[in-house]
Amino acid sequence: MSSERILTGWGRTAPTSASVTRPRSPTEVATALHRAPGRGTVARGLGRAYGDAAQCAGGQVLDTADITPGLRIDADAGTVTAAAGTSLAELVRSLVPRGFFLPVTPGTRHVTLGGAIAADIHGKNHHRDSSIGAHLRDLTLVTPDGSTRRLRPDSPHEGRELFWATVGGMGLTGVITEATLHLIPVASSRMRVDTDRTPDLDTTLERMCASDASHSYTVAWLDLLARGSATGRGVLTRAEHAHPEELCPRDRLQPLAYAPASARLSTPPGLPGGLLNPATLRAFNTAYYHRAPLRRRGQIQALDSYFYPLDVVAGWNRLYGPRGLVQYQFVVPFGDAGTATLRRVVTHLTQRRAPAFLTVLKRFGAATPAPLSFPSPGWTLAVDLPADTPGLGALLSRLDAWVLSAGGRIYLAKDSRASAATVHAMYPRLAEWRRVRDRVDPHGVLTSDLNRRLLLTAGAV
Amino acid sequence: MRNSVGTVDTVLLLGGRSEIGLAIVERLVRDGARTVVLAARDAHHTEALGAGPERLRAAGATAVHPVPFDAAATSEHAGVVARATQLAGDLDVVVDAFGVLGEQAQFEADPAAAADAVTATYTGHVSMGLAVAARLREQGHGTLVVLSSVAGVRVRRDNLVYGSAKAGLDGFAQGLDDALHGSGARVMVVRPGYIPTQMSAHVSPAPFPATAEQVANAVAEGLRTGRRVIWVPRVLRGVFAGLRLLPRPLWRRISR
Repeated sequence: MSSERILTGWGRTAPTSASVTRPRSPTEVATALHRAPGRGTVARGLGRAYGDAAQCAGGQVLDTADITPGLRIDADAGTVTAAAGTSLAELVRSLVPRGFFLPVTPGTRHVTLGGAIAADIHGKNHHRDSSIGAHLRDLTLVTPDGSTRRLRPDSPHEGRELFWATVGGMGLTGVITEATLHLIPVASSRMRVDTDRTPDLDTTLERMCASDASHSYTVAWLDLLARGSATGRGVLTRAEHAHPEELCPRDRLQPLAYAPASARLSTPPGLPGGLLNPATLRAFNTAYYHRAPLRRRGQIQALDSYFYPLDVVAGWNRLYGPRGLVQYQFVVPFGDAGTATLRRVVTHLTQRRAPAFLTVLKRFGAATPAPLSFPSPGWTLAVDLPADTPGLGALLSRLDAWVLSAGGRIYLAKDSRASAATVHAMYPRLAEWRRVRDRVDPHGVLTSDLNRRLLLTAGAV
Repeated sequence: MRNSVGTVDTVLLLGGRSEIGLAIVERLVRDGARTVVLAARDAHHTEALGAGPERLRAAGATAVHPVPFDAAATSEHAGVVARATQLAGDLDVVVDAFGVLGEQAQFEADPAAAADAVTATYTGHVSMGLAVAARLREQGHGTLVVLSSVAGVRVRRDNLVYGSAKAGLDGFAQGLDDALHGSGARVMVVRPGYIPTQMSAHVSPAPFPATAEQVANAVAEGLRTGRRVIWVPRVLRGVFAGLRLLPRPLWRRISR
């Protein structure tokens, strides 16, 4: 069963058509790969990569939603094993009441486990706990030769290489069908959150540096529409999983009770473009900034409202209208050059009055050994911009050059517009990754629009 | 692949010597396109294409390939598309810019020449358009940019052969866009007014002239924003909305 569908990423830009099938088992994945049309195949989860990573123009897209078996929790080992198409929302719903949580979670629950591994996703605790690849016990990969391999970070030589080429490998080494993740224990389903309003970029950076040691989770939202001395002002939120005794008496009875916040608002389809313009965004940002407390300690919040605030608005990407949005996320190393580049980017976006809505600053810690993994020690900034912003292409190319010369790079799961040459220079271990990938997919069965654009595999067509 | 800000990697220009066509391609190259295929009559090698290839390389193209293409040899059109695909891979943008303007007085004296001109301005675009559409459908993405003309919006008596052929082309291109709906590929119709080029050197200037560069900018902007019909200059859309409603006797008088 397959159907022709027009696909885009979360940014809703650059649509292309592909034949979508829903395999139910590793065997069916192998069959689909074997029957792959000349234009290749790529797996797709919930389509939350912003750009063109999970689409394959004129080829085949494998929707992983129906792959079984479902998830199994091993409470003694502290692990969960789940099919690649399992969403993090489903994992959180099953894990929290049993006293476990994901070791790494991004800003939305609506991503799949397979996609999370393929992008080697990070969360607000990267400075302490690295990315999801560091917490995998094993993963199951179906390669184009039809074999199903179970790979571990401590597998013998070639297995280990393939494991790390798959983590952050954007789906180009095979189709992940299952994975086992080490969990963290939690005693409650709440977070203890400290909030600080920061008046400028220097203060924001300073406070964030200071909290590496004190907090597990740290993130700053920046108001890029504030100019002058307020450039880089923001709201810093830092958190820990709360202890049951910190909860109010009623919640203390069932500290692990977890009711996922359902999307209370939904964005209607067919909104026009231009709703998020500098004027509306400035109003929003100013209100958001001033609504945040100057300094608040120990506020108890639900997991969802700390980790997944945007999940409350279903389809928020539609707010950007028919032309969609571009998210630009980069990392630059700590130290003078990297920090100077971060300042330069923030100042430039502010001065250019870029209509930046959600701007998020985080600190990255240790990287995983994966050659195409994005996070590495440094500052990471993510900015959402309407795709029809005049001059956006040139603006972001300029930022690319600055980031590259500071020794940084951009995140492939967010990218929808970089050039192949830039990305190759940002990922110096690309050749190493290609050797592993060419071994398991010598005929180039696995490809995606992202790969066609960025030529990650040699001779991508 | 076309990216989220409208930049493309590869461009095929049908009518590799067309001034407007080259201006469009040059603009796309400046924005980031790297591989260009120029399809033109007797283009067996790059030298046969004059200064165009050098201009595109100077603008940043890393590869400029010539492909021989004869508008009248309709049976070879699918082969031209196949050859371009072989050279460039996926065709992100195909610019259909071939055609002849001709002189109405000559056509009236030589009806056979008029039929040949219609082949270059309309019939050849049908076979080529369908061949390109088949390829774009197969690759699941891509934009065919068709250079129509305001001359086809309402046919004037003083260039009725050219105008009627453009009217046919305009309708064909819009229908083709509808046929491609849901395939990932699309057609963008460009309706320029009077553009002073070599091809139009013999006709007297019309109101609201535009330059080839203006057409190129409008096409680049259209690719970025996903428009399906663009008028160059934009004011012509309103002008022709009015002209279309003009009573025939009046239209005859102003279109002499």
